[in-house]
Amino acid sequence: MSGNNWLKWLSAVSVMFAAMGAANAGQPINMPVGVTDISADVFDLHMIAFWLCVWIAVAVFGVMFYSIFAHRKSKGHTPATFHESTTVEAIWTTMPFLILIALAIPATTTLVAMEDTSDYDLTVKITGYQWLWHYEYIDEGVDFYSVLKTPRDQINGLAPKGDNYLLEVDKELVLPVDKKVRFLITANDVNHAWWVPDLAVKKDAIPGFINEAWAKVHTTGTYRGQCAELCGRDHGFMPIVVRVVEQAEFDQFLADNTTLLNDGAEYAAVAE
Amino acid sequence: MDKSAKSPKSVAAKLALVSVCMFGFGYVLVPLYDVFCDLTGLRFTQESNELVSQEIQEDTTRLVTVEFDVSMNESMPWKVRPAVSKLQVHPGRVYTTNYIAKNTTQSAMVGQAVPSITPYVANRHLVKTECFCFENQPIEAGKEVEMALSFMINHKLPKDVKVVTLSYTFFDITQNKSLNKLGSADLNKLDSTESVIAFN
Amino acid sequence: MSTVATDDHHDDHQESPYSIKRWLFTTNHKDIGTLYLWFSFIMFLIGGVMALVIRTELFEPGLQFVDPQFFNSMTTMHAIMMIFGVVMPAFTGLANWLIPMMVGATDMALPRMNNWSFWILPFAFAMMLSTLFMDGGGPAGGWTLYPPLVLQTGDALPFVILSMHFMGLSSIMGAINVIATILNMRAPGMTLMKMPLFVWTWLITAYLLIAVMPVLAGGITMLLTDKFFGTSFFNAAGGGDPVMFQHIFWFFGHPEVYILILPSFGVVSSIIPTFARKPLFGYASMVYATGSIAFLSFIVWAHHMFTVGMPLAGELFFMFATMLIAVPTGVKVFNWIATMWRGSMTFETPMLFALGFIIMFSIGGFSGLMLALAPVDFQYHDTYFVVAHFHYVLVPGSIFAIIAAVYYWLPKWCGNMYNEGLGKIHFWLSTIFVNLTFFPMHFVGLAGMPRRIPDYALQFSDYNMLATIGAFGFGFAQLLFLYLVIKAIRGGEKATSQVWENAEGLEWTLSSPPPYHSFTTPPVIK
Repeated sequence: MSGNNWLKWLSAVSVMFAAMGAANAGQPINMPVGVTDISADVFDLHMIAFWLCVWIAVAVFGVMFYSIFAHRKSKGHTPATFHESTTVEAIWTTMPFLILIALAIPATTTLVAMEDTSDYDLTVKITGYQWLWHYEYIDEGVDFYSVLKTPRDQINGLAPKGDNYLLEVDKELVLPVDKKVRFLITANDVNHAWWVPDLAVKKDAIPGFINEAWAKVHTTGTYRGQCAELCGRDHGFMPIVVRVVEQAEFDQFLADNTTLLNDGAEYAAVAE
Repeated sequence: MDKSAKSPKSVAAKLALVSVCMFGFGYVLVPLYDVFCDLTGLRFTQESNELVSQEIQEDTTRLVTVEFDVSMNESMPWKVRPAVSKLQVHPGRVYTTNYIAKNTTQSAMVGQAVPSITPYVANRHLVKTECFCFENQPIEAGKEVEMALSFMINHKLPKDVKVVTLSYTFFDITQNKSLNKLGSADLNKLDSTESVIAFN
Repeated sequence: MSTVATDDHHDDHQESPYSIKRWLFTTNHKDIGTLYLWFSFIMFLIGGVMALVIRTELFEPGLQFVDPQFFNSMTTMHAIMMIFGVVMPAFTGLANWLIPMMVGATDMALPRMNNWSFWILPFAFAMMLSTLFMDGGGPAGGWTLYPPLVLQTGDALPFVILSMHFMGLSSIMGAINVIATILNMRAPGMTLMKMPLFVWTWLITAYLLIAVMPVLAGGITMLLTDKFFGTSFFNAAGGGDPVMFQHIFWFFGHPEVYILILPSFGVVSSIIPTFARKPLFGYASMVYATGSIAFLSFIVWAHHMFTVGMPLAGELFFMFATMLIAVPTGVKVFNWIATMWRGSMTFETPMLFALGFIIMFSIGGFSGLMLALAPVDFQYHDTYFVVAHFHYVLVPGSIFAIIAAVYYWLPKWCGNMYNEGLGKIHFWLSTIFVNLTFFPMHFVGLAGMPRRIPDYALQFSDYNMLATIGAFGFGFAQLLFLYLVIKAIRGGEKATSQVWENAEGLEWTLSSPPPYHSFTTPPVIK
């Protein structure tokens, strides 16, 4: 019960964090800033909320730890007897309230921007299936299924795992850079959720209903995500890969793929 | 030691009654959910739709694009497409268009279409005066039919909404006894050509 | 029945603890409390093994040990076991043991119903566990039972729903008993605002239980009729909406979250003043804060489903209401710290667990505040960040509070002190491993790992490995707890009536162990 317990505690915590630090061989530990203006806003909001929590924690637990060190029986501290103060209660009810209002303002602004799907350049309809995705460029007449490409052997440990293990698909969703793309999201069988962290888009896909989301990506590149709503056995095996390209390359992509335009037979065959 | 007039038994009986009521409240949440949807514009019920339609004025100065979309649920084997993929419409005027559905199987089937609209705010401003989604849709084996849809956009649709997407999902309800109101027996008696013409 | 406690239907003397009949037919609040607590511990071991199956599969990328479908049923069952089988029965067990002693009563108000409400549980959970062996396996659609996925469950579905009905029935009966006891059985002079906070938090919890468990029952009954009787509550083809289930579920689910934590607040509010040797700061504000949290819990449910697609106004409302919960929760934490301030603290095991609770529950509270922000929640939702969040409030939150309560009142219950040195070791092992398990989950969640997946991309591997090591450590540390409790029950240093130097409350005026019928003559309240 003595001071050396606190030393134990401190050393345990530092060992733990050292272990975590050592383990962190370049593995990501934070939300990506992403590649849209919205994703950057979301990241900023996340960091504001995080640091706010850290500072509140430092202040509150600082007081608590001071009390734990100073006001202990082993140091001969005699207990005070106070047990209420309306003033103090009023202060620590009002203060958090004001902090919350300060936090709510940027959150509201970002949310309003996220929900504005108007004035888009392109619409992609996304349909979740057990366990693959279907993409349809509505006005361009191009559609295709997108399925996990990682070989079974890698999953079962019979072959070395590739760099994009579980995050690779046979046909990527190709989008033009700097264009506002509207996603119409629905599902064929059970609920799914379409999520690409770098785009800060996560929306549930619900059978019988369409949901809207949008992204305007400002950097070309390949961005990976996963289904984020439990959808059965292979929920963990239906990744999303978005490749963002220049407009010219995008046009070429559409031209190359119009032959994929679904006809009934093919549609039914894949859906089975 | 019990100061109050109420015995534990009567307290327990009252609380049991409350919990039975709360079980009922679970079911009351179903109609409340419709109210919630109407209030927030999440979905919009047909009844409320009809009320709205009575006060619509035509606005020929404005054009709104209505997009038509369709999905098949689960193993629904029909092939359905809108006759036109989008229409430019004036608020307050009734427009009619079709969806074309083909039953690609070897047996007669009954389908049900479920509408869904985006953006949410358009839910209360898109009024369907006639819709194939109001009824079960029977199609004979291998036949293609046209299904009619008449609608108008309320002039109160907020100005910043330029595109409204109307999406239908088709469910196969042939084997679903409680949803298939036509019944399999009636289905067999259907004269396919006549019923198709009726929809046009 | 109001006099049942005095004109007993049960024996005046205690039968041998080895007689099965005693436990099967007991109507005694202490026996039933003991049954609840042991039941909860057994479920904790079963649910814990399920957690270890999950963590073993996630030790490294690839599918090594279990089929993904079985993995899903492990995550589903782990949640159902831990929520309905561990935390809720443990709190009911504590309520049974403590509330009559704290309010100066002989027993619970409705002793025979008390027996019934316990003995439903083993059958309910046996039925739930048996579904693992059925055709199609156990429930694998998540404990939230979302349709349409849950309707793909095999033969297990009606059994899962029936057993959840039984669990709900049991907890509703337990709650009715608690309320009837608190309202009717208080000793003269024990006014509501003199009741210990544990009694207050349980009173509010009991009302929450009565309000929301039946709503869950309604929701899962709708699932049952949708699947077997042709209704279309959640089937879009028949005019229903699968999202409505989520609304009904979380209308139950969010108050349920507070059902799992409010009694912990009561436990911590009992322990801190004892070891700070100073009365609880802001008793009245604690009561009001608990009430506010309970009220707010009814209007925030949709924050569990921001990504489901909701109009802006709805999202804003649920975001603001959720953020508001931080205010009464903050008041509680501040009050505990003010109770410690200028006290004269010692750090016996219950105090250590209570302090661990305050810090780590607050960590869960902070991530909760972050999750409340709808635009950021789109990134957090259904990732390991959420898993980290709710495990921080439930494991070093609720579970630590339950363990603290056991250490605190065990000497009173069995008359013997537990081994203080080993108790402290138990605390340090639990604290280190619980953080090793759940802290890295924040990292993988933020980096993009979805929850409920049996295999994951390579960039999540290190932290998953740490979490698995932590989980095994935490699991084995609890065996030490089992050993300590059994050892204390079997013997050891005799405890005084007071047990702790500064413990306040009627339970400490009784002998240790207390008489079979707690207060046969009403105590005098100061």
